[in-house]
Amino acid sequence: MSRVPLDPRTAPTFQQAARALLGDAQLRKNVRHATDVIQTKRRKLVEEKQDWQALRESGRQIRAHVLENLDVYLEEFERNFTKAGGVIHWARDAAEAQKIVVGLVKEIGTTEVIKIKSMTTEEIQLNNALEAAGVHAYETDLAELIIQLGEDQPSHIVVPALHKNRAQVREIFRRTMNLPDLGDKPADLADAARRFLREKFLRVTTAVSGANFLVAETGGVCIVESEGNGRMCLTMPETLISVVGVEKVVPRWQDLEPLLQMLPRSATGERMNPYNSMWCGVHPGDGPQRMHIVLLDNGRTEVLADREGRQTLQCIRCGACQNACPVYRQTGGHAYGSVYAGPIGAILTPQLMHLEHSQSLPYASSLCGACYEVCPVKINIPEVLIHLRHKVVEQNGWYAPESLAMKAVAQVFRSERRFRAAQRLGRLAELPLVKSEKRSFAIVGQKQEASDGWIGWLPGLLGGWTSTRDLQAMPQETFRDWWEKRGKQ
Amino acid sequence: MSTAREEILRRVRAAKGASTLETAAASYAGIDRSYQTTATLSHEAILDLFEERLREYDANVFRVSALEVGAAVTEVLRSRKIERVLIPEGLPEDWQRGAEFVVDREFSATELDGFTAVMTTATVGIAETGTIVLQTAPGQGRRAITLVPDYHLCLLPVISVVETVVEAMRLLELTKNLPTTFFSGPSATADIEMTRIKGVHGPRFVDVILMN
Repeated sequence: MSRVPLDPRTAPTFQQAARALLGDAQLRKNVRHATDVIQTKRRKLVEEKQDWQALRESGRQIRAHVLENLDVYLEEFERNFTKAGGVIHWARDAAEAQKIVVGLVKEIGTTEVIKIKSMTTEEIQLNNALEAAGVHAYETDLAELIIQLGEDQPSHIVVPALHKNRAQVREIFRRTMNLPDLGDKPADLADAARRFLREKFLRVTTAVSGANFLVAETGGVCIVESEGNGRMCLTMPETLISVVGVEKVVPRWQDLEPLLQMLPRSATGERMNPYNSMWCGVHPGDGPQRMHIVLLDNGRTEVLADREGRQTLQCIRCGACQNACPVYRQTGGHAYGSVYAGPIGAILTPQLMHLEHSQSLPYASSLCGACYEVCPVKINIPEVLIHLRHKVVEQNGWYAPESLAMKAVAQVFRSERRFRAAQRLGRLAELPLVKSEKRSFAIVGQKQEASDGWIGWLPGLLGGWTSTRDLQAMPQETFRDWWEKRGKQ
Repeated sequence: MSTAREEILRRVRAAKGASTLETAAASYAGIDRSYQTTATLSHEAILDLFEERLREYDANVFRVSALEVGAAVTEVLRSRKIERVLIPEGLPEDWQRGAEFVVDREFSATELDGFTAVMTTATVGIAETGTIVLQTAPGQGRRAITLVPDYHLCLLPVISVVETVVEAMRLLELTKNLPTTFFSGPSATADIEMTRIKGVHGPRFVDVILMN
């Protein structure tokens, strides 16, 4: 049941992937429907919150404060979680985290684990590592189960299977659960999942999870969810292993006040999600008696080191930016080539990849700012996107086309003589391309024919502009020309 | 070779400069917390709101005086046709009416699965969100007992109902080290076409008795 995970190191560029996915009408319809529904619910519940902007500002400050003092809070969390009977492990990268988890599972001697939906374990491709070690991981979140059984990939942080509709889900369940008579009502499908998983919850003795928040002062862990599969995994097994990004810590219990109010409203458009679980290490007689937390770096400290990019780590993974993004809403999540899709993925993934991969992602945006507006912790995603575009160009060296073009433009703008010469040259060069009544030429693609005085086609790299819109021809007389003539009269 | 722990902490400090407990505490104190922290409604209105929210989640809500609890329990269980109920230690005797009540004795997962109903009290109710907070304490039991059975009857004194999440978090400050579960209605999913479906793995049916 192994599947090829989304891996930014091998994924095609966003533009290539998007082109293919845009042709999938069913996918686009499913994505549009899901994001519309969540956005409508979210908007209503955010509007009823009179103090929403105060909550956002508080959330931002808490998350930014954590990042500024991350070493202090990680050490405090480690101290308190250890005191409460848990064991902390540290992992520099995905391979080290995989090794730790596989090692722990092998030590227990089990060949099965149950899992709560966790983007962090997707990020480190844990299921494949477990599989390779002869351990089967059962995903227990309904969406993750759909994806696992369908050998598919997650396309959204919160609702990973939103790209599948009920008929598609029914086909997957019919085939993999051997239920030829299964109906396609969502309730039937959820019921099938309940029956399929119940036996696993009662039998499997080891669970793997991520976490939404770690609380430094108590050594506490907080996981929010809807279905109760999370509670099953956190409560029934003997051992719980949680893989958590180092940035997920918050200082105190009281810091959950704004975060727990904003997360469900932003993520699923609910006042509160059905279940929040909080616990501090091992509690005698209640829940797993062996607890491990793997604190994962995997590129996060490098993001922390970038002053402009650092705010990316404030993210609480609500997915509101994905639902609001006009680009994501067209392409869906898979085009991003990473488990983190949408605007947050467009800034997080390239940074986690040290900008060696996913260089196209900072360009997967129109910079409209909708993501910033809905972000509960006020991550200025457009600002980081522009910052990363700059870094991509710098990293690719002075001979990259974009870098060369910008250098040329800088030279032209620096001197009046060169600027005027460029304008004259431009007017001359564009002549054959400007549409006039006398001349008309075929237009490539679906675009309508350009009107008079407009350019409908440009060669080479410049064609990127005219492939979807026209360019107005330069005026015969510039403002400077007109002004100078006027002075002489 | 340094350990992963040393290496990661070194990277963190190199990335943003080292912090100390003192500098962190000073900057922590300056965090803006100007969001709403107190109730705006009367207690009666808070109870009405709580009831409305719980009903939105398809829970039945009953308001009774302290003396009527046993009778209310009998009535609710009868209407649900429940004859055997799992309970934690620490529930008052005179609430255990109208069915066979079995106290949790570290039942195994499979044994828990044999129960269809559980009855507990709770720590706090939050009106704004229709949330009930359970903690590992007498009368509420360990987390598994309110998870595996399909039906949960929850009894909550009206004085434990607050308006906002913030008020609840501040009440819970004293017992924040206990295993804590917030539940808001029955378990649910919207993973298929964003259609909310009640009841996946947690209890599918919840009734609440509010006690004066």
